[in-house]
Amino acid sequence: MDSKFKKENYNKTAKSYYPKVPLFRNCLKAFLVGGFICLIGELLTKFYMQVFDMSQQEAGTPTVTTLILLSALLTGIGVYDRIAQFAGAGTAVPVTGFANSITSAALEFKSEGYVLGIGGNMFKLAGSVIVFGVTSAYIVGIIRYVFNQLVGG
Amino acid sequence: MAKMGRQSWTLNNAVYIEETGTSVGPKEGKGPLGSSFDKSYENLYCGEDNWEMAERKLLQDSIQVTLEKAGLKPQHIDMFIAGDLLNQNVSANYTARDMDMSYLGMFGACSTSMETLAIASQLVDAGAADRILTAVSSHNATAERQFRFPTEYGNQKPETATSTATGAGCALVSREKSKIRIEGATIGKVVDFGATNAFDLGSAMVPAAHDTIKRHLSDFGRTPADYDLIVTGDLSSVGSPILKDMLRSDGINIDAVHKDCGNLLYTSDQGMLAGGSGTACSAIVTYGHLLDEMKKGTYKRILVTATGALMSPTVIRQKESIPAIAHSVVLVREEG
Repeated sequence: MDSKFKKENYNKTAKSYYPKVPLFRNCLKAFLVGGFICLIGELLTKFYMQVFDMSQQEAGTPTVTTLILLSALLTGIGVYDRIAQFAGAGTAVPVTGFANSITSAALEFKSEGYVLGIGGNMFKLAGSVIVFGVTSAYIVGIIRYVFNQLVGG
Repeated sequence: MAKMGRQSWTLNNAVYIEETGTSVGPKEGKGPLGSSFDKSYENLYCGEDNWEMAERKLLQDSIQVTLEKAGLKPQHIDMFIAGDLLNQNVSANYTARDMDMSYLGMFGACSTSMETLAIASQLVDAGAADRILTAVSSHNATAERQFRFPTEYGNQKPETATSTATGAGCALVSREKSKIRIEGATIGKVVDFGATNAFDLGSAMVPAAHDTIKRHLSDFGRTPADYDLIVTGDLSSVGSPILKDMLRSDGINIDAVHKDCGNLLYTSDQGMLAGGSGTACSAIVTYGHLLDEMKKGTYKRILVTATGALMSPTVIRQKESIPAIAHSVVLVREEG
């Protein structure tokens, strides 16, 4: 047998058969779709500022909430995963991706009941984001505190 | 039974696939082989409340259709041998609950189709049973949940990923003469070349397919030219060329006769990435399309090599590699 098919070289050989990843095209798609989601967010902020007379900071919360609602709806009707297959990071990075991870898990485990099914599995994917988000915020907070004490900022 | 070489056997008596039945999901039904399946559903739920029940529905359908086509009732069957992809083989076990006959559950991941067929033919040959139903199932959504992510989760899959087929295939094995005779089988061994990418199971299973096909040809003293078709289960568009090159480097050329069930099942515009996979994949393609072609006379003798990846999400997260297995069964067209 050809040495490239030997066990120790197999993984490398197999990778050479992979279809080429269109990196530029994927980045462009992610940029356009992700940017479009941000554009909707921007329009929503303007909407809340104009109609409800909020400051830009006040309009932030209803904007995020509306995006989460839209993402959950699109997940529920089975569209979000299709957009995500096209957009990649474009739909994963914005808050809509986070909402999708929770909604999809809740939908998936509904058949196992409300408490142990939905309640127990809803944060299956989002859980690690929350854990590491809170932990890293805590660590950065301590660093900032110590720095301020030492430098006296 | 006659042992052949180290891992193979031929059957002493004439054992046949008396009848088959297939039931599939929407994408399979709309695919290029759609007309070769007995039953297909427009919706992944198949009229049931959840995915797991839908998978059992497909399995029950395939059995019912097989019995109807053969004109038999459950009391005419001695044994049921089945398997699927879910933990504890629940689709097969719960289907067997309503069948009132001896039952053996088997697990070989996506190789279960040929595993059950090989064992069933052996038991019928030995006279341990007269008629055995073998069936396997898989469902895209139940497999997604167990092995990957929630179905609606927006995760971009790479081009190397395969898509689990939704469907079930059933074969009735007996000594009742039909057009399809089971000649023998080669039982594979577990082979692990250290692949770790669960989004490329095709190439992870190639070494197992390579090992079994090579062993089969040597045990039977045959060359690829002795077959009109050597078909693999779900090596995908990534794994298939690797298998051909790997065998060619051993001096075995299967280019002219090789096909892969996963690549036959869908067209490239159906968005199934590298092709179909899953326990049902090799079963529905073989029991539906390939046997039809054999009955028409397109193929006289075929080698079906079903390939299975034997990992679980837990051991993969524990940084284990992906072991694989492949089992081959020889099917021959009976003239007259």
